[in-house]
Amino acid sequence: MPKLTIDGMEVTVEPGTSILQAAEKLGIEIPRFCYHDKLSVPANCRMCLVEVEKSPKPVASCAMPCGDDMKVFTQSAIAKKARKGVMEMLLINHPLDCPICDQGGECDLQDQAVSFGFDRSRYHEEKRAVKDKEMGPLVKTVMTRCIHCTRCVRFGEEIAGVDELGVLGRGEHLEIGNYVTQAMTSELSGNLIDVCPVGALTSKPYAFTARPWELHKTESVDVLDAVGSNIRIDCRGAEVLRILPRLHEDINEEWISDKTRFAVDGLKNQRLDRPYVRKNGKLQPATWPEAFDAIAAQLKNRKIGAIVGDLADCESIIALKDLMRALGAANLECRQDTAQIDPAQPAGYLFNTTIAGIEKADAILLVGTNPRVEAALINARIRKTWLAKRIKIGVIGPQMDLNYPTKYLGAGPETLEELLNGKGAFADVLSKAQNPMIILGAGALRRADGLSIQVLARKVAEKYNMVKEGWNGYNMLHSQAARVGALSLGFVAGNAETWQKVNALYLLGADELPLEKMEVNTFVIYQGHHGDRGATRADVILPGAAYTEKNATYVNTEGRPQHARQAIFPPGEAREDWKIIRSLSEVLGKTLPYDTLAQVRQRLVQENGLFNEIDAVRSAKWVPFGKEGKCDKAPFVLPINNFYMTDPISRASRVMAECTKVFVMKADQERAVARG
Amino acid sequence: MSFAKSVRSFFLVELVRGMALTFSYMFRPRVTLNYPFEKGPLSPRFRGELALRRYPSGEERCIACKLCEAVCPAQAITIEAEPRADGSRRTTRFDIDMTKCIYCGLCQESCPVDSIVLGPNFEYGTETHAELLYNKQKLLDNGDRWEAQIAANISADVKYR
Repeated sequence: MPKLTIDGMEVTVEPGTSILQAAEKLGIEIPRFCYHDKLSVPANCRMCLVEVEKSPKPVASCAMPCGDDMKVFTQSAIAKKARKGVMEMLLINHPLDCPICDQGGECDLQDQAVSFGFDRSRYHEEKRAVKDKEMGPLVKTVMTRCIHCTRCVRFGEEIAGVDELGVLGRGEHLEIGNYVTQAMTSELSGNLIDVCPVGALTSKPYAFTARPWELHKTESVDVLDAVGSNIRIDCRGAEVLRILPRLHEDINEEWISDKTRFAVDGLKNQRLDRPYVRKNGKLQPATWPEAFDAIAAQLKNRKIGAIVGDLADCESIIALKDLMRALGAANLECRQDTAQIDPAQPAGYLFNTTIAGIEKADAILLVGTNPRVEAALINARIRKTWLAKRIKIGVIGPQMDLNYPTKYLGAGPETLEELLNGKGAFADVLSKAQNPMIILGAGALRRADGLSIQVLARKVAEKYNMVKEGWNGYNMLHSQAARVGALSLGFVAGNAETWQKVNALYLLGADELPLEKMEVNTFVIYQGHHGDRGATRADVILPGAAYTEKNATYVNTEGRPQHARQAIFPPGEAREDWKIIRSLSEVLGKTLPYDTLAQVRQRLVQENGLFNEIDAVRSAKWVPFGKEGKCDKAPFVLPINNFYMTDPISRASRVMAECTKVFVMKADQERAVARG
Repeated sequence: MSFAKSVRSFFLVELVRGMALTFSYMFRPRVTLNYPFEKGPLSPRFRGELALRRYPSGEERCIACKLCEAVCPAQAITIEAEPRADGSRRTTRFDIDMTKCIYCGLCQESCPVDSIVLGPNFEYGTETHAELLYNKQKLLDNGDRWEAQIAANISADVKYR
């Protein structure tokens, strides 16, 4: 353990720690551009130069490992002069266009030029200009502003796993570019915007709309997939302008997916901002009392069912469950996609390994899942693990394009059976692995024999010692933010198809149902925030709040409850969801026993202890789950074809529509051409 | 009462002196102005009605950097922006509440393109409050109307900046 002094303060660090990291430990900030916590260290910007005793020249602190008895000075005359020189060189070719640059106000170069630079230029020759690169509908480029830190190139190669950005040319002609003019084919490409320390890569949909100092910032969580990425919602007035990632080492690290980041414009379109009641076959605007009265009149003598959609929060789920129980309704469902899940055993439906736990795995088996579209950040974690340890990854299901090498094992359940019998090369890999993992996705669950497949997967997990003291390698990967919350609150009864037999249906943001299978006379109440499929069929519409507009609890695929916080108010007459259900219960004469958010949350804790500890994962007890049975030979089919449009919010988003056009439809066309 | 005092009092000497002084002003230059037909001189730094300027080509100067909005101590300025069809950064909304403005001139100081200026006009009283809520068109019109004098003022003041 090297022990060194930085600016007169002593610090002991792990061997291999760089001076910059050691200084950070002491709370000393060394300026930097190319260094990034999550990326490799190229040491090419030279901004982090510090003075080290007995070293003839200043040293790049990001790349210099700490040595014993080193004496480092970050504020000495040599260090300051070195920084000032580097800053002057960087600014030689950087345009003075901060007033029209979107990075202005949150720009590393701007801040550091103020702190460490010189207030005038000694450079009077021609500045260079670089042609902008076309990078698709999400990332806007102004390449003249680039300072060649290569963070974007390293992000592409290391995190996103697409070698599409690179450094071309030498010296004065050096440029960052995409070799082929096309959008970056990654679902994490939006992170390039955060990674870029200057305004060379900025957000295209957000271009010129606001300055960072005007924005009101709210720390929240994302609900467009089941990862529960931590986000910061930036809004101005009554409008959400952008979403940025927030650091959470156990979930999303510093990244978020493009859907999380760019689907926000969907929050402004297609919104339900007032109640509607269907009269003479047409939806007519109504007031809240009218809508409630219409429900009260219709619900009498009907067999009631309730379905929870993919974006519902736990508060509204428990309120709806209590109301349905009071009304004597038994047909509750949270699995719109008919996924077969045993709700009694959390070990069977959680991502038991935890997302951070993936990094300990040394062999991964993906069954009926494409993590790249179902949970882009879990996929990024798998790639990170592969990059660090070159682990073996096996795939059962359709062939797909993942950004790490995989071994394709087969298409359907019989491959899983073969593995159980110890056949095939991958059986060898799994039995040799210390910490093997299996990840089951929607493709394996959304079929009649889903529970039997889970038994099969459980047996595979047990055979290959995936579940042991300190390690649980059995994982189910969900892609709906509400799913685990609803399962842990027991919003399930009977099998997934019973809703077709009721004649009054309460949809809490449920938009993915095959509603055409429903009886024509069924009375449908839709409570939600977007005019999507559910609202089209509804007889009464109750306008609810989207995830940016309410204080709510969501449970991610690991079983980690997190609070989303209200950034803006719901539009028009829309209200927070649990409050709507609470008000409705009064009209129906079954008043629910809670009036405040704190009381609802107490009720959540009463229902399931996991809500007691926010942002913590409880390890589930390993007990048998699933249902023994014969598995169908049919291959697994993946449910999500289009990563960019999976829910009412992203379907209402113009940016996501543009992405679909550029990424999905183009890829489909290319595949069609290749097939002939 | 002494004799001298009685004589002064009898002949109204003080009154005559006073009247003489008053009368003498008949022959001196006038100091009052016949406003509004006559106006006093203004410093080039006079801070009057706000205006948005254009380049000689007719292109508006404002690039929607929002520095004036940020610096305005009275929060009188509201700006919204988006990319124009040619990709340049432009305002879609530039509102100034003249009843909030305190004429401090910080917006003019902060403007990187000399777009927003406090012009020489001080005669813009209105009958209603609403007329003093300026939008972008009104501000640009002000700029067009006063451009000659604004430009002269800026060039007169430039050597002191």
